[in-house]
Amino acid sequence: MLLTNLESVPGRRIVSHFGLVQGSSIRAKHVGRDLMAGLKNIVGGELKGYTELLSESRQQAIDRMAAQAEELGANAVVNVRLSTSSVAQGAAEILAYGTAVSVE
Amino acid sequence: MELFVVLLNLAAIIALPVLGFVCGSVAESRHYRSIRERESRWLDKPALTCRTPLDDSRTVARAEMAVGSVVVSVDYFKRILAQLRLFFGGELGAYASLVDRGKREAILRMREACPNADAYLNVRLQTSSLSRGERQMLGSVEVVAYGTAVTYAHGLHPEEAREDG
Repeated sequence: MLLTNLESVPGRRIVSHFGLVQGSSIRAKHVGRDLMAGLKNIVGGELKGYTELLSESRQQAIDRMAAQAEELGANAVVNVRLSTSSVAQGAAEILAYGTAVSVE
Repeated sequence: MELFVVLLNLAAIIALPVLGFVCGSVAESRHYRSIRERESRWLDKPALTCRTPLDDSRTVARAEMAVGSVVVSVDYFKRILAQLRLFFGGELGAYASLVDRGKREAILRMREACPNADAYLNVRLQTSSLSRGERQMLGSVEVVAYGTAVTYAHGLHPEEAREDG
């Protein structure tokens, strides 16, 4: 599955469009990570636990989007966009969406 | 006993900002050193907000999406400065370095996700706060950088090309 966030796949020609595909994942942080982050908040710097958590769920959202595109018979997703929003306190929703196409 | 508790509280009130200031400054300067050092390695591979490769003469062999993200927070001292600012209004200078570090780190991680690419197109940056409304979490942001990493067809990597020729 080819993914790009451009209108096309550079070097390939788009043969057909399959429309919008999307995948999302909502994750909550857990108490252990919260505790570590609370300590880290005093000295500042990267909160590795949260970075991991969010990149895992981002990957999952992208995978789900790719799976949906595959179901439609596409072999690429173009113009992929990512967005994050917090749906509840301590939980983040990550959304990946794009246009499923098939390329040569 | 009560005096002890009062003293302990007082110590915490003074110690936390001091600890935050010292550790935060050390961590920040170390992080900036690492950012500058890594950025200098990527100078020949541009990250662009354009949608087409700058060099039209070369054909693109591979394109893939690259994503990099980081969650950073400010130290306790800067958080106090920011809270004073929230009272008086104006620019939050204490957080400027936070978002700057976050953005540069996220871009570097995006590049490191696809290290063999020749250019990164349509790079987008997005900042979000991890938890809304939680007071203690004020001052931590997530920065995501994503773009399309393209590799040119007969373009070997600059290092390999130098070795070859």
